[in-house]
Amino acid sequence: MNMVDSAPAMHNLIGSESDSQRTLYPYVTGTSVVGIKYKDGILLAADMGGSYGSTLRYKTVERLKSVGKHSIIGASGEISDFQEIMRYLDELILYDNMWDDGNSLGPKQVHNYLTQVMYNRRNKFNPLWNSLVLGGVKNGQKYLGTVSMIGVHYEDNHVATGFGNHLARPLLRDEWHENLTFEEGVKLLEKCMRVLLYRDRSAVNKLQIAKITEEGVTISEPYALKTFWNFAAFQNPTAGAEGSW
Amino acid sequence: MFRNQYDTDVTTWSPAGRLFQVEYAMEAVKQGSAAIGLRSKTHVVLASVNKASSELSSHQKKIFKVDDHIGVAIAGLTADGRVLSRYMRNECINYSYTYESPLPVGRLVVQLADKAQVCTQRSWKRPYGVGLLVGGLDESGAHLYYNCPSGNYFEYQAFAIGSRSQAAKTYLERKYETFMDSSRENLIKDALFALRETLQGEKLTSSNCTISIIGVGEAFKVLDQETVKGLINEFEVVGEEPPADEAAAPEQGSDAAGPDQGTPAEPDVAPMDI
Repeated sequence: MNMVDSAPAMHNLIGSESDSQRTLYPYVTGTSVVGIKYKDGILLAADMGGSYGSTLRYKTVERLKSVGKHSIIGASGEISDFQEIMRYLDELILYDNMWDDGNSLGPKQVHNYLTQVMYNRRNKFNPLWNSLVLGGVKNGQKYLGTVSMIGVHYEDNHVATGFGNHLARPLLRDEWHENLTFEEGVKLLEKCMRVLLYRDRSAVNKLQIAKITEEGVTISEPYALKTFWNFAAFQNPTAGAEGSW
Repeated sequence: MFRNQYDTDVTTWSPAGRLFQVEYAMEAVKQGSAAIGLRSKTHVVLASVNKASSELSSHQKKIFKVDDHIGVAIAGLTADGRVLSRYMRNECINYSYTYESPLPVGRLVVQLADKAQVCTQRSWKRPYGVGLLVGGLDESGAHLYYNCPSGNYFEYQAFAIGSRSQAAKTYLERKYETFMDSSRENLIKDALFALRETLQGEKLTSSNCTISIIGVGEAFKVLDQETVKGLINEFEVVGEEPPADEAAAPEQGSDAAGPDQGTPAEPDVAPMDI
């Protein structure tokens, strides 16, 4: 009798493990986001590619969004997870506004909230597969930080996700300074994005730049960078690599 | 025979549109020893009168630190006050865990008021028998709120609750216009003077009052007795010496023997006996 009773229970026990759905690997992903502080606020840059595995499947994915009045977010990694994160954030901001009491969440608060969300999800072995960059200005304070899919977080004067960490940040370490004007900041970001475009196969030549200052958020229309592919190394990439195809 | 038919539970209305149980709870606040609060642009001072329930006992704590940026002074049932303080501490800690920043005072006060309101709308519950003066600092400046057992809350420039608080309120009403630009020291001074008003002749000493302060660049703290003693002397907050006969028979029949002394209220004062 017990055998009969316990059989479905056992099945459920095993079943619950195998039935559960988790993100085991990302499907549609965005590549690097680069962010810098500049004189009046924060600038973020990201291209608009959405890769389906290694196929460049989508060309107009907006990966830079505003979060309330004081923050902007940039996401790389799983696009659908980013869309879910935006649902969380929009709800968070909505509830914050509903207090209607003059208090509002700043970039630091949003960054910390996201860190908790990311870390909580990884503890459930069900991570949100993203690296996020969060920037903002509130009460004259500039803020720029990042969170990874497992909850690693830090603040810095310039940050980048994914390939940007390897290709853009060395440039930023050399060229970034506190008093960059908006034009200089954009120029520096474009330099980073151009290098990424050349060397990161998932990058596409269509990008947006988001700006946040005390005045508010502006996210640029998509545009392309001028490129020059006639460098010798591009024309003959295997020169000096004997035996390579 | 002439028992009040409309006060057996909180949710029953009287034909006159009153909720007696809620009013009784508010009465409990009036019976507790006094607590006052006042604020300037940058500081909030909370102060309370300490009354021991008997010669042999200590007095109960009336002022609680909730967080670095929020403090609370209570009048009424101390036990309820402690429960609500614990709730407030929890909310502050949870908020700063999630957002790494202090919970805005106004939001905590709304949460607290909502909690109290629920007790007025459930037949199996009772209202909290405590009034709370919540003082705190956030990005919009210094705030002072009063939370009532009814679930109502109000923001004040200065306020007093508890027994004989009317005297303190009169004092505060006379002077509140100067508070906004008041210095830290003057705010404490006015707190001491307002507090003295509630003592009605009894002398204000460092052992029968508690003073706390919170301000810009200054985390909430309850001043220690030595400091209070110094301030009382400095400001010469002397009360009249109690008349000889009153001194000989202190406390008898006084309405100060309220709920937060743990002694049963005098039958002629308690609002609960109908």
